[in-house]
Amino acid sequence: MEQLKTNIGNLQLKNPVMTASGTFGYGTEYADFFDIAKLGGILVKGTTLHRREGNPYPRMAETPSGMLNAVGLQNKGVDYFVENIYPTIKDIDTNIIVNVSGSCIDDYVQTAEIINHLDKIPAIELNISCPNVKQGGMAFGVTTQGASEVVKAVRRVYDKTLIVKLSPNVTDITEIAKAVEAQGADSVSLINTLLGMAIDSERRKPVLSTITGGLSGPAVKPIALRMVWQTYKAVKIPIVGIGGIMTAADAIEFLLAGATAIEVGTANFIDPAVCSKIVDGIADYLNRHNIPSVKDLIGALEV
Amino acid sequence: MKKYQLDLIVVDNVMVGNSATLLTLTHSEPLPEMIAGQFAELQVDKAKVLLRRPISIHNVDKTTNTVEFLIQIVGEGTKELANLKKGDSLNVLLPLGNGFGYAGTTQSPLLIGGGVGVAPLLHLGKELKSRGITPTFLFGGRSKEHLLRLESFEAVGKVYVTTEDASLGEKGFVTNHSLLIDGDNYDKIFACGPTPMLKAVAAWAKEHEIACEVSLEHKMACGIGACLCCVENTEEGNVCVCKEGPVFSIDKLLWNN
Ligand SMILES: Cc1cc2nc3c(=O)[nH]c(=O)nc-3n(C[C@H](O)[C@H](O)[C@H](O)COP(=O)(O)OP(=O)(O)OC[C@H]3O[C@@H](n4cnc5c(N)ncnc54)[C@H](O)[C@@H]3O)c2cc1C
Ligand SMILES: Cc1cc2nc3c(=O)[nH]c(=O)nc-3n(C[C@H](O)[C@H](O)[C@H](O)COP(=O)(O)O)c2cc1C
Ligand code: FES
Repeated sequence: MEQLKTNIGNLQLKNPVMTASGTFGYGTEYADFFDIAKLGGILVKGTTLHRREGNPYPRMAETPSGMLNAVGLQNKGVDYFVENIYPTIKDIDTNIIVNVSGSCIDDYVQTAEIINHLDKIPAIELNISCPNVKQGGMAFGVTTQGASEVVKAVRRVYDKTLIVKLSPNVTDITEIAKAVEAQGADSVSLINTLLGMAIDSERRKPVLSTITGGLSGPAVKPIALRMVWQTYKAVKIPIVGIGGIMTAADAIEFLLAGATAIEVGTANFIDPAVCSKIVDGIADYLNRHNIPSVKDLIGALEV
Repeated sequence: MKKYQLDLIVVDNVMVGNSATLLTLTHSEPLPEMIAGQFAELQVDKAKVLLRRPISIHNVDKTTNTVEFLIQIVGEGTKELANLKKGDSLNVLLPLGNGFGYAGTTQSPLLIGGGVGVAPLLHLGKELKSRGITPTFLFGGRSKEHLLRLESFEAVGKVYVTTEDASLGEKGFVTNHSLLIDGDNYDKIFACGPTPMLKAVAAWAKEHEIACEVSLEHKMACGIGACLCCVENTEEGNVCVCKEGPVFSIDKLLWNN
């Protein structure tokens, strides 16, 4: 399917549909439901230098057209990933991309360096929404300075495709996007979850163990679209659009707003085969509109 | 076990008491094998609630190729499921989770259920009975109306009940029942229900050195081990109830009592 092919810098994708980190496990969890090699890419679970237990239960609250999560980056650490998980997923015929998180710059650098040595991992996605322990827990991704520093340091040790995932919990996402572009990021992906909160009025208690958590799902789509559109006008590097994508039409909206590729998150929980349907739906759209390549849709919004 | 996403057809959906429904579904092809204690994720109209609802396999009938779910109506999602009509289609993921460990592990099992927690115990009771093992059931509820489908269980084994208001059976909680005065009659307990009840049962089982498995009902998003929302803290750290569970041997849990 030539018409679905696209690329993020040097990274070739068979189609623009990828799965969002933290919502698709390591891919294998979904293999019973469709051929996961059909995907443009799989963003595996957030990986940190050391093992993390994550936050206590309850970690999830359903909200109108969305959900809050407070998983807290539970994972067994990068060494465990390299030894035990990488061998089982490296031969899946799609781009396996590791989402890298950390709580200080050194963590990000060391993790990226280790993953740089893995032949079958062509890219990383740097999750800069994590709290920076050295700066009093404020996320790297909410200041241009924090974002620049972490990207600059990782760029020095990582020579494959570097995607930087942006937090929407900022005043102006385009400032952050420009800052990471200047430090050599190959692409920006957006958005990560929006900080939210849910309360159980009967019990007068927060629903989540952490009180606040990250909002995702259809409820965030208009905000995500707006941010992709603004970022498209601000940077030259390719954009990966994320946030509330449930259907092929949603995915196409993100492409029109300026995304080169998209990631599907929460929708996988509702329909584990949704990504397969989105790939087919995009192909169908291109045929119906006589558009030769999906690349022709990027930023093609008529205003 | 392979997981399936199937469009099942509603054969029947009838109220049980005044706040629960018994939903019977079938499929054009033979339904997959389902272990007692496994569950399904049922799709609810997306306009009403976003996420699927996890519901235990209540009963499986191979001759009619049907699967039954016993659903307590507690909110928007379960209300929608109760509104399904004969002939409607329902998208379902199944079978999910590990299920009870009953093959070759028990000769005289006690199956304890609280409220709608009785749901997975019918399939379990029948599976045991088909292996020549007669189960004993002990159910607890706030009052008589909260004890569901007793007659179906009575067809499988002896049923004892407790209610908090003494409207049926003995007064109190399951762990107060006279059946448990002499604990040596049973070699394994399988329990499902509210967490406080499970903790009380687990404490009793530990005290009497009887093997015990409990089925947990944590809030879930994906149901297939991908999101890590449904964790229980165990000896091995946080594990997914939807994948490593929902059934756990109490020795694995950190309930320390
Ligand atoms: C593995 C598993 C098996 C289950 N099996 C059954 C079953 O066989 N029959 C059955 O009736 N129910 C079962 N449940 C519980 C069922 O999933 C919930 O009651 C249902 O999701 C509630 O949906 P709702 O939209 O109606 O209510 P909501 O509006 O989501 O919630 C209504 C109220 O119920 C509470 N609630 C919601 N989900 C849960 C939960 N998982 N545990 C405890 N309280 C909850 C909420 O906090 C709220 O107070 C099971 C849950 C799990 C995890
Ligand atoms: C349960 C859950 C876990 C997540 N874990 C991560 C993570 O580890 N790293 C990350 O960068 N984003 C994580 N995210 C954010 C998603 O990748 C995505 O950016 C967000 O959910 C918005 O997309 P959606 O509306 O399609 O879900 C997580 C989201 C959810 C719902
Ligand atoms: S509900 Fe997603 S991992 Fe259990």
